[in-house]
Amino acid sequence: MSTRAHALALRGWWEDRRSAAREAQRYARIFGRNIASVAGLGLVMAFIAIAVIGPWIVPYPEDATGAVHLDRKLQAPSRAHWFGTDEVGDDVYTRVVLGTRVSFQIGLVITVIAALIGVPLGVVAGYVGGMVGEVVLRVTDVFLAVPALVLAVAVVSALGSGIVNAVIAIALVWWPGYVRLVHGKALAITQESYVEAARAVGMGRARIAFVHVLPNCLSPILVKASMDMGTAILTAASLGFIGLGAQPPNPEWGAMISHGRNYLPTWWWYSAFPGLAIYLTVLGFNLLGDGLRDVLDPKSRL
Amino acid sequence: MKTYFAARLALVGVMLFGLLCITFAITYLVPGDPARLAAGPDATDDMVRTLRAQYGLDRPLAVQFTTYVGGLLHGDLGRSLRSRNDVRDDLVRFFPNTFELVTLSLLLAVVLGVPLGMLAAAHRDTWIDHLARVVSVSGVAVPAFWLGLMLQLLIALDLGWLPLGGRLNLTTPPPAPITHVLLLDALLRGQWATFADAFRHAVLPVVTLCFPALASILRVNRAEMIETLRQDYVVSARAQGISNFRVVTKYALRNAMIPTLTMIGLRYGWMLGGTLLVESVFDWPGIGLYAVNSALSSDFLPVMGVTLLIGVNFMLANLLVDLGYAWLDPRLRRTAS
Repeated sequence: MSTRAHALALRGWWEDRRSAAREAQRYARIFGRNIASVAGLGLVMAFIAIAVIGPWIVPYPEDATGAVHLDRKLQAPSRAHWFGTDEVGDDVYTRVVLGTRVSFQIGLVITVIAALIGVPLGVVAGYVGGMVGEVVLRVTDVFLAVPALVLAVAVVSALGSGIVNAVIAIALVWWPGYVRLVHGKALAITQESYVEAARAVGMGRARIAFVHVLPNCLSPILVKASMDMGTAILTAASLGFIGLGAQPPNPEWGAMISHGRNYLPTWWWYSAFPGLAIYLTVLGFNLLGDGLRDVLDPKSRL
Repeated sequence: MKTYFAARLALVGVMLFGLLCITFAITYLVPGDPARLAAGPDATDDMVRTLRAQYGLDRPLAVQFTTYVGGLLHGDLGRSLRSRNDVRDDLVRFFPNTFELVTLSLLLAVVLGVPLGMLAAAHRDTWIDHLARVVSVSGVAVPAFWLGLMLQLLIALDLGWLPLGGRLNLTTPPPAPITHVLLLDALLRGQWATFADAFRHAVLPVVTLCFPALASILRVNRAEMIETLRQDYVVSARAQGISNFRVVTKYALRNAMIPTLTMIGLRYGWMLGGTLLVESVFDWPGIGLYAVNSALSSDFLPVMGVTLLIGVNFMLANLLVDLGYAWLDPRLRRTAS
């Protein structure tokens, strides 16, 4: 290549970076205009930070692994124990903070597995179509016809309770939403002229599906994934509350509320604070998802 | 209209078959041994072997599936391990309570959610709109079981205004069954004291179960109303001097109701799921509590029975929603047939 061609390529690259940066700035401006979106981002960032540095900031790290201090059981919130202590004397604040990491891991695993199952199936249903696509859609409909929590309880009661089985069960019933979403989006994209053009130059179906269709579905997938992080955490906490999910001494919020329930009303702090943590986490992800949608996928509402 | 209905009904049949496949798969293809599951944790190997032969678990899968579906068609859902009761009898006994709870919650959610969404859309960026937004983001984020516990703590235990849980006080005589829906039966028999007691027990569970549904119905209705109020026909109705109230309630609402109706149908199903949590919190004797207690004691068949019952209910609700569309939007009737 001549120097001139090099210079041109470099300039093209530079222009691309500049326009990408401008685009990002525009997105940030739209996102920042909405106080609720910014609050959601703030909440999520705060909880991620807590999940990461949790073990270093809690006053009694051993309380999340089954330590017993009967001499200080069921103490009211105080300077030493911000959220009080539970029935074996464990610090509720420590357990709520360390529970953040547990909940985030659960939410992330469920969302990723569900997307990995649902997105390819959605592409198949929307772009490949035919008999296979039809079958995929019908199976999806059947899964959507039973509320996720009920189906998850059924699967867990077959597999046996425990946090790993609960996550597997929820992930197994969570993917249909992605099929529906990607199916609709892929159908629309198939009509676009660039897909037509790719077909005209002889590109294979699979290649078109994964090079052209899938990347253009990413924005709505991202929006849904953000919302799902919250809902998946909520569902896992529900299983924990029922008693089919995480088991003590694992500091999972739903299970903590379930145990604290036996100590109401006198020892209210035991179940009040973990519930507040769930509420704020789910709220954060929902607001963030709303904000992302306004930016990335403004045409779809709700 | 008839063909539309027939097509929808046929689709429900297909879905039902799919649902049976799923429950069959969960029951028979789980990594654990279904005979061991059915026999319970304390069974000896001999007992498990007997059960396996008794349930035909040693036969080919296709045969097992036909037997399974055949049994279900005859209303055979198996027996509970804990109580040795027929699962079908248990479901018949508990379902009216759940139906009562879900219906009241859904009614409350629609009665509050639709007008509030309408008001918020008609008065954007006023205090009522802000309130609507707070309710709609909080409602879907707050864990129902925790909300229930906090309501118990505050209203039942602290203030003592309402009972903590259960369906009736021990001293209240239940009405002789007519419809098996307690509030209705008490009303029909004219037992006012029983009705009042049953109502007081219902308030907290209904409010708890209603909140997430209220939030999403409100949210959809607000968004749809905002969109509809921008349409040309609404503007021209206004230009003709039709009052704002009439424009919003008569002209705009009908169109905004279609997506709202979808959400109401969806929420009905999610509420049936939510009863597992809310009934556990309030000790409400419905199928949700039944499923949870069975799941906790590894009593497998009742859980599958509840799953099927909820699935069927949800499918029927969606059928009703489809018919509702056709009623709201005449164009759908024509295209479908």
